[in-house]
Parts: sequence; structure tokens; C-alpha cells
Amino acid sequence: MINQLMMTIIDKKTIAKDTIEMRLAGGAIVRTIEPGQFVHINVGNQGSHMLRRPISIADINESDESITIIFKVIGSGTEDLQSYQIGQELDVLLPCGSGYPIKEINVKKALLVGGGIGVPPLYYLGKKLKENGVEVESVIGFQTKSSVFYEQQFAELGACHVVTDDGSYGWKGYVTDVIDQLDFDYYFSCGPTGMLRAVSNKLENHKGFISIEQRMGCGIGACYACVVPTNDDEKNGFKKICKDGPVFRANEVVI
Amino acid sequence: MSLQVNLPGLSLKNPIMPASGCFGFGREYGDLYDLNQLGAIIIKAATREARYGNQTPRVAETPAGMLNAIGLQNPGVDAIIDQELPYLMNYDLPVIANIAGSTVEEYIDVTKAFTRTNAVHALELNISCPNVKEGGVQFGTDPELAKEVTYKVKEVSHVPVYVKLSPNVSNIGAMARAVEDAGADGLSMINTLTGMQIHLPSKRPLLANQTGGLSGPAIKPIAIRMIYEVKQQVSIPIIGMGGIMTAEDVLEFLLAGASAVAVGTANFHHPFVCPEIIDALPDVLQKYGFTSVEDAIGKGHDHDLSRT
Repeated sequence: MINQLMMTIIDKKTIAKDTIEMRLAGGAIVRTIEPGQFVHINVGNQGSHMLRRPISIADINESDESITIIFKVIGSGTEDLQSYQIGQELDVLLPCGSGYPIKEINVKKALLVGGGIGVPPLYYLGKKLKENGVEVESVIGFQTKSSVFYEQQFAELGACHVVTDDGSYGWKGYVTDVIDQLDFDYYFSCGPTGMLRAVSNKLENHKGFISIEQRMGCGIGACYACVVPTNDDEKNGFKKICKDGPVFRANEVVI
Repeated sequence: MSLQVNLPGLSLKNPIMPASGCFGFGREYGDLYDLNQLGAIIIKAATREARYGNQTPRVAETPAGMLNAIGLQNPGVDAIIDQELPYLMNYDLPVIANIAGSTVEEYIDVTKAFTRTNAVHALELNISCPNVKEGGVQFGTDPELAKEVTYKVKEVSHVPVYVKLSPNVSNIGAMARAVEDAGADGLSMINTLTGMQIHLPSKRPLLANQTGGLSGPAIKPIAIRMIYEVKQQVSIPIIGMGGIMTAEDVLEFLLAGASAVAVGTANFHHPFVCPEIIDALPDVLQKYGFTSVEDAIGKGHDHDLSRT
């Protein structure tokens, strides 16, 4: 059940280049959020932005019933979101979408593969997997050293390999250069479409889940803005990313 | 304070309804609030066969509005009747079905298909979708074609027909008169205005379809002007739409000559906007000296003579 809440910003910091981490207090409902779900935020004042911005949930803090979001400032919407200060309220729809179905699968050893601003939702997923006794290994990729974040947090979940495009930090290259040397029974990936395509191609013989993004309208499944074709033979088959996703089985949809 | 409005085929407990394409077939918003609060619902466009629609991205934000190019994605009229309408039959809510097509024959077939259900109370004839190459907008920009498709749909429809007009014309009055002559029971206006946004990083149109329909508060003054103009030229009722966000906006549309209104883009901004507008409307009507919704319809025209 999606709720509309006014959430108070209780913490905010810059954790990498143009990358903001915010903590939002929201009450008991945050306990119902599953890894991979997102929030749909009204980032403007007085309707200055007609469309909300979908932002993934990086962590749930049950002690103070808050959520952590991490976003990169890349346009007018995220610029306005960044201008909000601690103590101010944000109008948020949550929880949106369908997350990683970790209760429905038998996973012993998980590989998390994140790229850039696709890294955050994998953190809460990794935390939940570890709580459930799953061994977690992560490969997180960034453009360059100044963009790297959450290495320490992922390292606390298990082995963590950082990759940068330019080699200025960690391994040089792409996440796909590292992942096939690792041993796991399920992979979970989130990142740019090109990366997801490369990851799912490279790991086509493995079971896995990917989380994809798209420009959204309503964020609840009504407007058909963020659809993706399915990979089966069904005519005109499609999924709604905001409602059926953003998490899909690898190869379930055409990316 | 009476919010009741009676239009051909539609007994509305209030004049607020979600606009076609912005509300799916009701299920998602039905999970958020009781749809019985609404005056009516206009469901997403139906075509004869299922359509996938355009590639993504399909939406872009603009100043005080947005562009969309969904492309009439829908499961086809038969699937809508069998799989979507039963959900809405759980509600005491007039349903307006939006129908679209590439040819006159397709409009006729979709209209005929709806005759097998009693769950639809009126049709909205979509001759104004700007986002598909053969999606009806050719009928919405040529008065003779508009007249022909309206006449033929009216011949086979079992419920009143409201023709949804495109603002992408130079003479909206001529279009309105043409469809009134052809037997339209009402008008709905306006559909979106064709626009484009160029994405700076990629240096190309942001929408996969290149162009899209502009909606939201940015187009409200155009909608008000066109409704005001058309109201003086036809005698059939108008369902007004275009950027409505508040109960004050609704009153403005009523004054311009709309008898009821549809709320579109605002649902994305604020999913509870329709019930909130309905709650706020009595106070707004009272504040400006009206005793009912009916009382306000067309009252923006009363001052014309005194001004000249």
C-alpha cells in the first residue's frame, strides 16, 4: 500500500562528487519497505516541478524509523532536492514498486553488482541478505575516484571490489571485468542500462535480478510512461517499471 | 452546496473526473482512495487491437507542465471490457470510455464493441491524440473529417458521445461547430498541445517519439480561452480540462463555460488531488458568491455586453 507522507530531513551530507546522502524520518511505515523499492519525491515548491523524482532507497534505519536515500545531482529536479536542508519536510510517496524477492529464492551466496547511482539500493539489499545468513560479495563501479561512495559500508557486508573506469581508484575498467572471476549462486545488479545489459549478457548462465530506471510519470502504475517490453513471445507484452519493477528477473525484460 | 451536474448520459455528483490517460483504468488510484468520491472517470483510450505505444522515454518535465508521448498503449477494447471494466463496476461511478483509432472503421468497431457492455455511460471520441502517426489527430484538425467520424460513431453508439478537441488548430470554433452539427452530445477540451524538448547532454529530442503532448498548468490559459470561445458558438455542454490543479482552477473553467472538468497531469504531482479539489470546491464556490456548480457555469460570459 503506497502512502503519501511528509518526511522530515534529519541528516544530509555530500558523500562523493555531486552525490548527496539524506536521511528522512517517516514513522512505522518505513519498516514495511523491501530492498529494491523506491520513493517518489515531490522535489519542488508550490508545484515548481510537476513530476516527482523516483529515488532508490539505500537503507532503512529501524531504530529511528528513517530511510536513507542517495542521489546524484544531475538536473533541475535533483538540484532542487539538494537545496532542501535538515529540518525541512519533503512530500514523499512510499513504498513504490516491487523489490528484490529475497524471501522467495534460495540463495546462499550473493553477488551484488552496482554502477554509479545504481549502487545505493544494493546496500539495503546486502544488509538484508546478510541478516538472513547469506554470504555477500560486492562489485561496485564508478567513473572515477571522486565518485566512489559506500565502499566501507559494502566491505562490512563481505568482500567488496571497487572498480573505476579510469583506474584512479580500485580496479581499472568495468564491473564486467571482475564479476566472472567470482563464485555465487544469485546476482543482483543495479546501474546504467548499458552496464545492466553487459552484466546480464556476461552472466547469462547465472540466476539473477536487475533493477532498471526510466523517466516516470505517476510512479504508481497508472500512466504507462515507464514501460519496458518483456522478453517472451507474448504480443505487446510489457511491464510497468514503477509497479511491476524496478526489479526484474535477468532477461525477463528487454533492456 | 450542490455540486451535482447532469450532462447527457452522466449524472455527476460533482463535476470532477480524472482525465483519460492519466488514471489508467482506475485500479492504481483505487488503491489510494475511494473512487466513489469522484464525479466520474474517463478511462484510458481504447483501440480495436492492443497497442504497445511508443518507445521510452515517454515523458519529460517542462516549466509548469510536462510532455508525454505514451502512444495510446492499451490492451484493446475487448480486453478493456472483459478485464478492466468489471473493476469499475464495483463503484457507483459513471464511466466515460475514450476511444481512438487510425481509420473511421476502427472508431466504428471500437464504438460497436462497447455496445455489449452497460458499464460505460458515455464515450469520449479521441480525435486529438498528437502522439501517434495515425492516431486520430488527422480527424481532429480537419472539420470535414471530424464531422464524418463523429457522425459515424454517433450512428452506432448506444451512449452519448463527447468529442475531445485538439488545441492544435487555428480555428477551434469551426471544429466545435462541425462536430456539433454531426450530432455530438458534448465536447471535451482541450487535449495536449504538441511540443518538444531537446536534451542538452545528448543534443537530441528527449522523447523517443521526438514530439509529445504538453499538459499541466502551462496550458491552462489556452484551455480557458478556447472553452470561452467555443461556449459562444455551440449549445452542447463542455467538459473542460487543461492544467487544473485546484478548486479555484475548476471555478475558472466553469466560468469559461465548462459544465464539468477533468484533472490530468495534477494526479502525477499529487495523487490525492481529485478528492482534495472536490472537498475544497464548495468553499471556493461560496467565496465567489455561487450557490451551486450549475450556478457558476458560463458566468464568465455575462459581462461581455457591459464592456462593449
